[in-house]
Order: sequence, then C-alpha cells, then structure tokens
Amino acid sequence: MDFSGIIPALPGLWNGMVMTLQLMVMGIVGGIVLGTILALMRLSSSKLLSNFAGAYVNYFRSIPLLLVITWFYLAVPFVLRWITGEDTPVGAFTSCVVAFMMFEAAYFCEIVRAGVQSISKGQMGAAQALGMTYGQTMRLIILPQAFRKMTPLLLQQSIILFQDTSLVYTVGLVDFLNSARASGDIIGRSNEFLVFAGVVYFVISFSASFLVKRLQKRITV
Amino acid sequence: MNYNWDWGVFFKSTGVGSETYLDWYITGLGWTIAIAIAAWIIALLLGSVLGVMRTVPNRLVSGIATAYVELFRNVPLLVQLFIWYFLVPDLLPENLQEWYKQDLNPTTSALISVVVCLGLFTAARVCEQVRTGIQALPRGQEAAARAMGFSLPQVYWNVLLPQAYRIIIPPLTSEFLNVFKNSSVASLIGLMELLAQTKQTAEFSANLFEAFTLATLIYFTLNMGLMLLMRMVEKKVAVPGLISVGGK
Repeated sequence: MDFSGIIPALPGLWNGMVMTLQLMVMGIVGGIVLGTILALMRLSSSKLLSNFAGAYVNYFRSIPLLLVITWFYLAVPFVLRWITGEDTPVGAFTSCVVAFMMFEAAYFCEIVRAGVQSISKGQMGAAQALGMTYGQTMRLIILPQAFRKMTPLLLQQSIILFQDTSLVYTVGLVDFLNSARASGDIIGRSNEFLVFAGVVYFVISFSASFLVKRLQKRITV
Repeated sequence: MNYNWDWGVFFKSTGVGSETYLDWYITGLGWTIAIAIAAWIIALLLGSVLGVMRTVPNRLVSGIATAYVELFRNVPLLVQLFIWYFLVPDLLPENLQEWYKQDLNPTTSALISVVVCLGLFTAARVCEQVRTGIQALPRGQEAAARAMGFSLPQVYWNVLLPQAYRIIIPPLTSEFLNVFKNSSVASLIGLMELLAQTKQTAEFSANLFEAFTLATLIYFTLNMGLMLLMRMVEKKVAVPGLISVGGK
C-alpha cells in the first residue's frame, strides 16, 4: 500500500466531491419539496389524491434506486422529446438529479406524513376556529411544527442519500467514488484510492450522524 | 427518434441461442433471489450475534459490536462492494489468491464477493433491530430469569431472544426486502441478475420502456408478496398481550 499518489490527485477528487454534494443537495431539496406535496396529498380527504400518493410511495419504495437511476438515464431523453417535440440533449447529471428527487420524495413523504400526524389535532382545530384556511393552517401552524419535530429524521435520510449518490457510477458520472476509481486506475493504485474513498465517506457520514444524534437529544422533550 | 411500442417483445427470441427475453428475466430473477437469500442468512446470523453483543454488560464486547455497526453503516454499499471484489482478494495469502482469481470462474468469484458484502452490510442493520428488540423488553424479564438461576447465555437463549425476535419481525421484514433491492448492485460487477438482464434486454431489443416496466413489476410483486407473507408470519408468532398485533 502506497498512499503518496493521493496528494497530487486531490484537486480531481475535490471536483468529484463537489459533484457528489451537488447531487445530494439537489436531491434533498427536490425530494423534500415533492415529498411534502405527496404527504399533504396522502393526508388529504380526497380519496383520489391520497390513493395516488400512496401508490407513488409504494411503487418507489419497492424498487431499487439503481434501477431508477439506470431507467431514468435511458428514458429521460425520450420522455422530453415526447413532451417538447424536439431533441433536447440531457446529460447524465440531470437525469440522475431527477431520479434522486423522485426516488427520495417517496421516503421524505413518509417522514413528513408521520411528522404532520404527530402534531396534536387541537392545533388544526384552533387554527380553523381562528378563521384560517386549510392552506394557511398547514403553512403557518402545522408544517413549521412538524418540520421541527422531524429534522433529525430528514437529516438521517440525507446522510443515506449522501452514500447512495455513489450509485451514479453506473451511468459514468464522475462523482467522488468514480473520480477516486479513475485516478487510482491511472497510476495503478486503485486499491489505495478505494480505501481512501471509503475513509472519506466514513468520516463524513459518521460525523454527520453523530451531530444528528446530538441534535436529536437536544430537541426531544 | 421514433419509439415502437411492442409488449410482445418478451416472447421474442434474443438471437442468443434459443432463448427468449423472458428466459433472461427468469434467469436474472433466479440470481437475484439466490444472492438475497444467501446474504440474508449471513446477515441474520451475524446480526443476531452482534445485536446480543451490543446489549451484553461488558464494555469491550459491546464496543466491538458498536464499532462494527458504525463502520458498515457509514460506508456506501458500492464502496464496500468494490472493496470486497477488488481489494480483499489482493490481500489473501498467495495460494488462496491464485485459486480465487484464476481457478474460480468469474461468476463464482463475483457471487462470493456480493454475498459476503451484502451479508456483512445488512448484518449491521439486523444488529440494530435485534438490539432494539432486546431493549424493548421489560427489564424485569432479565432480572427474573437471573433470579431463577439462569446463566447469562441461558437468559438470552431462553428468555430474551425468543421474545425479541417476535417483536422485531416488521423491521426485519423491511431489511429483508432491502437485501433484494440492494442485490441490484451485483449488476455493477458483472453478475447477470435481474437489473443486468433488464439492461441487456433494453439494449438488445431497443424496447427500453417495456424492459424496465417488466423489471419494475417483478420487483414490485416480489416486495408485495414477501410483505404479505411476513405479515402472516407476524400474526402467527405475535406475543399475546404485547403491543399492537398484526401491524396496525
């Protein structure tokens, strides 16, 4: 084992890490927005909406993320052409971001739903008694409390997503893992780079989980 | 680019031997199930041992189990797979290395890597469930068993574990389903499991939507089927008078 080759490769690895973080952040933001909409649909009194959201969640939770990434990579160009009617070149990055958003939305939906359900019924009743509309009640009363309660779970899920971004390897996107594999292969030190990648993932996930656990202790009553 | 829908594609010949595309899917599903079950056996055995270790009143023993869990939970599955597939064989002793790299056919060595990787990866998760199950039991159970003169191993074997397993069936079920989903990473080291066969079908037939729709349906059915099965098991073995029975 000779780890000296890693230092000159650091700029390339950093670019890979930036890609990983971009994928993660966009997946989280999109996933939470879409997941919240789905959760509200799921909790709505309309049977149609709640069944649709239920089916969406069940569907995405029963298939592997890797399948979603592969499928979207191949399918997004076709779908866009059907929608826009013209050739729109889409890179692997865009299709991966879409895949992460839609896949994670199913998981975030369940977290948000549990969060909303954990808010006491009286809050809803009181807000409505004050003359608030459904939208105002959700936006000003229920969701802010729910999000506060579920922050640790959302963060935990984000750490899982951070690790899962490595699956973009399958479509050849140069994320952190893939850049480590590539730089290692060039100088014939792939094992060292693999260990290095593993250590970096470990350190980041481990410290993030540690912080989340501390946060959880602080906000639980 | 025009797209020709053809749902009959699965019954067409692949042009490789006399196989139809459907045959590819069946082979793929067989691999997926084989990987998942083999990995699950490892995960369940090792995970149970680790789960018990985490609850044992000995700091060293529980520390080892905690370290294991942290290590395997904080490194991405794909990195772990590459480590088992590329790195670990290089660390084997000379003669074992030669056997692994040259005498074994590539499919077998990839299969061993995937099963070991998924098994150890999932064991960390199973460990946490077993620990939760044991800790969810009233403390009086352990104390009462000790008071009756059971030794520590007897307490676990006869009193704690039989109850713990029955409580944790729902989370264990979802870990079991995760093994099936996670086994798709095997396609990245060249094992022709379900996802790899799907990709191949999409490439050979150019009917990518049909190909992936079928794969999705297979995963979906597998999931639902196993879930229903486990729900029946759960009802059957539920501890009377404990929490909600039959998944509310």
